[in-house]
Amino acid sequence: MRTPRAFAAPFWLTFAFLYIPIVVVVIMSFNASSSLFVWRGFSLEWYAEVFRDGALMQGLGNTLIVASGSTAIATVLGTLLAVGISRYTRSGLIRAFAIAPALLPDLLLAIGLLSLFGLVQLTLGLHSVLIAHAVFSMAFVTAIVLARLSHVDPSLEEASRDLGAGPVRTLLRVTIPQLAPGIVAGALLAFTLSLDEFVIAFFTAAPNTPTLPMVIYSMVRFGVTPEVNALATMLLGVSLLAIIATQRLTRITESL
Amino acid sequence: MPAVSTRAPGGAVGSRPPRRWAPVALLGPGSLYLALFFLVPLGLIVGYAFLTRGRFGGVVPEFTLDNFARLVEPVYVQVITTSLGTAAITTLLALALGFPTAYVISRLPRRWRTTALILVLLPFWTNFLIRTYAWIILLNDAGWINGALVAVGIVDEPIRMLYTQPAVVVGLLYIYLPLMILPLYSAIERIDPSLEEAATNLGASRWRVFRTVTIPLALPGMLIGCVFVFVPSMANFVIPELIGGGKSLLLGNLIRDQFLKARDWPFGAALALVLTAILVLLLVLQARAAARAEGGGDRAHT
Repeated sequence: MRTPRAFAAPFWLTFAFLYIPIVVVVIMSFNASSSLFVWRGFSLEWYAEVFRDGALMQGLGNTLIVASGSTAIATVLGTLLAVGISRYTRSGLIRAFAIAPALLPDLLLAIGLLSLFGLVQLTLGLHSVLIAHAVFSMAFVTAIVLARLSHVDPSLEEASRDLGAGPVRTLLRVTIPQLAPGIVAGALLAFTLSLDEFVIAFFTAAPNTPTLPMVIYSMVRFGVTPEVNALATMLLGVSLLAIIATQRLTRITESL
Repeated sequence: MPAVSTRAPGGAVGSRPPRRWAPVALLGPGSLYLALFFLVPLGLIVGYAFLTRGRFGGVVPEFTLDNFARLVEPVYVQVITTSLGTAAITTLLALALGFPTAYVISRLPRRWRTTALILVLLPFWTNFLIRTYAWIILLNDAGWINGALVAVGIVDEPIRMLYTQPAVVVGLLYIYLPLMILPLYSAIERIDPSLEEAATNLGASRWRVFRTVTIPLALPGMLIGCVFVFVPSMANFVIPELIGGGKSLLLGNLIRDQFLKARDWPFGAALALVLTAILVLLLVLQARAAARAEGGGDRAHT
C-alpha cells in the first residue's frame, strides 16, 4: 500500500517542528546585533565571544576531561561485559541489569549517586561526575557491542582456542577486531552523551567544577545571550559529525 | 589486565580450565561497577525513603513512614497529577506527530530512509539545553512566532506564550519526539507491505486497513515509544523551569528541590519512589500489551 496521503502533512509538520528552532538559532548566530530578535547584518562576533568567555572555556575543558575519562571506563568495562554476557550467560536478568542505566530517568541515577557520595563523604568534583557518567555510558556501550556480537560467529573463537590460543589472545586477536566497529560506535556515543549530560552533572559536580552544560544552563537561566547561538551552532556541527560517523560504523538506528 | 595474562598459559593446555575464570574476568569488572554505582545508589533511595530527615539535611537512621504519608497532602497530589497530565498530553501529541512520520519514513526508498532517520536524530543529539533555549527565543513576547503573528495580522499584540503550561508541553514534545519516532519506525518497517495490500485487495477501506492491520502490527513499537516519551517527561525539571518559568511545578522539580534546596533527602527519595513506581507500572503494562499484540500478530501471519 502506498503511504496514505493524510500522513504527508504530519510528516512535514514534524520536520518543520524539529528544524525551525535549530535554523533560527543558526541564523541568529551570525547576527551582528546583540538583540536576539533583530537582524543587523552578518557577523562572526559571537563566535569570537564564545572563545573569549572564560567560564565557557573552563566548562568545555571540564567536560572534555569528564567525557574522555568516562568514555574510557565505559568502553573497556562495557565491551568486556558484553562479551561475557554473550558468551558465558544465558540469563536475561544480567543483560537487563547491564542495560538498565540507559533506560532509567537520569534524575533517579543522579539523586542515587548524590546519596552514595554523601554517605561515603566523597568530596564532589570532576572525579564524581566522571564516575557517574561512566555508569550510563557503559550501558550504551554494552548494548551496542551486544548488538554487534549477535552478528559475530562464535565458531571463529572456538577455532582460535582449538588451535591453542589462550582466551586472552583469542579475545584480543579474534573477538575484539571483529567487534571494533561496534566498540568505536559505542565509544563515540558514550563520548557524545557525556558531552551533553546535564542532570547527572548538575547533582554530582561541585559548583567550582561546572561542565559545559552546567555553564549553558546558568547562561540560559539568567537571560538569553546571542553567544549561546554561536556555541549551539558549533555543537550542532560536532553532533552532526558524530552521528554520521556512528551511522557509518553501525546500523545503530536499525538495532533500536 | 596483568592478572589475566599471567594465567593465560594455563589456557593453552586445554580449553576447559580457563572457562572457570574467563567469565569472572569478563563479567566481573563491569558488574562490580554497576553494583557499586547503580544498584547501591538505587538501594539508598529506597532505604532513605523510610528514614528521617537530619537537622541540617542528610538523613538520620530512624525508621518512619512519614515521608509516604506526606505524599497524599493536596499540594503534592496536585504536583503528581499535573505531571501525569502533562506527560500524557506530551505523549499523545508525540504519537500523533510521530506515527505518520515514522510510517512515511519506513516506506521511503532505502537510501532516503537512513537520511531521514539521521535528520530525526540530529536534533536529539544536540544539547538539550540548547534545544530548550531555541524555544525560549521562539516563544518570547518579542520572539519570532509573535513577530510573525503580528506581521501577518492574526493578532494585534504579542500573545504570552513563554512561561505557560502549553509552552512546557511544546518544549517536552520537542525534546522527546525522536524517542517516539525511532521505535515506531523500527516496528512499522518490519510490517510486510503485502499484508496491507492483501487487505486492500480484499476490499477493506484505507481506514479499515490502517485500523485492523497497520496499528495492531505497529503496537509494540507504539507502546515502547509511549514509555520512552512519558517517563522522561515526568522526570524533566529543566523545561518546566526555563520554559514554564518555574510556575508549573512538576515531579522532577519537586524531587530536585527536595535534594538540593529543602535538603529533605528522605522525602525526595519517597517522591523518587513514586516516579519509579509509575515507571515500573508502565513497563509492566507495555510488556503485557506487547505480548498480547505479538500473539495477535502471529495469528495474522498464519
